[in-house]
Amino acid sequence: MNLILAANPFTPGQTGTPEAVLFWILAPLAVLAAVSMIFVKKAVHSALLLAWVMITLAIFYIAEDAPFLGIVQIVVYTGAVMMLFLFILMLVGVDSSDSLVETIKGQRVMAMIGALGFAVLLIGAIGRSYTGFAGLTAANTDGNVEGLAQLLFTRYVWAFEVVSALLITAALGAMVLGHRERSSERPTQRELSILRFRPGSKLPGAPLPNPGVYALHNAVDVPALLPDGTPDPSSVSRVLKARGDVLDTKAFEMHTIEEGEDESK
Amino acid sequence: MSPNNYLVLSALLFSIGAIGVVLRRNAIVVFMCVELMLNAANLAFVTFARLLGNLDGQVVAFFTMVVAACEVVVGLAIIVTIFRSRRSASVDDANLLKY
Repeated sequence: MNLILAANPFTPGQTGTPEAVLFWILAPLAVLAAVSMIFVKKAVHSALLLAWVMITLAIFYIAEDAPFLGIVQIVVYTGAVMMLFLFILMLVGVDSSDSLVETIKGQRVMAMIGALGFAVLLIGAIGRSYTGFAGLTAANTDGNVEGLAQLLFTRYVWAFEVVSALLITAALGAMVLGHRERSSERPTQRELSILRFRPGSKLPGAPLPNPGVYALHNAVDVPALLPDGTPDPSSVSRVLKARGDVLDTKAFEMHTIEEGEDESK
Repeated sequence: MSPNNYLVLSALLFSIGAIGVVLRRNAIVVFMCVELMLNAANLAFVTFARLLGNLDGQVVAFFTMVVAACEVVVGLAIIVTIFRSRRSASVDDANLLKY
């Protein structure tokens, strides 16, 4: 210990007890959420777990005298980025689950060993870079936001401008990628109507039947019954079918009529 | 508690993200793992800013957030474009250059 003290120009500082308690509660939860994020099967669950990791990191930022970054973390990451992820997940289809086939032989084992070695190396390198604990009390005297703004508009103003150019480029790029050129003329209402009633048409002439019109169950996961008594699969949403959430109509049929009910009614 | 623990946590999260990028086949989940790695790097920046007693690390973390936002916008647009033409978000299906 004396050797370390002699080697370091600063005396090693420690964080306060409340912060230690905060860390030891939240850090294992963050690691747990991150590990389960890469192992859960459904992408939506991954997104929620990642949102939790990001909120944990935001709390850490605030605990580490970076309140501005903590708030930005919540607003930008859990607010905007994760919502964008969920939006794209819903657009691409929540049913597009991961294939668990290994395309490269032994990839999983190799990845695990490689990542473990990398983690050990990183912890060994970064964990020893501790040279002293200066703290941000002096730097934050005028306020964290003011201190950041001062740096951002003086020393880092060139990086700031470049990053703004990057943002505009990214917005333009997203628009270019998202744009789809129409290869044929947009069909008019009249053409669509003619198409619907042509024999052999895939589009129905009448609207599709509504799902779930039972007295015993009225949710959208049960197909409607046609007049001849058979369930109509076209009445249930395609997404529910892909997820396997469609219930059988048989379970909701009423076989007995209650006493005192007049049949002629 | 030593502030080093934050650095160890950031290294752990970064490695977990790296495993995810290599192991998962769904392009959106791969992307989420990249986000996790960027966030882990940010945690290291913020901790170093505190250890060294100046705000430069926080400014760099702020720039990382902006770049990450750009990356998400363009990356998700690419995923949607690939999904539109190939009806799949799996990274194994986009292998036209292989043959």
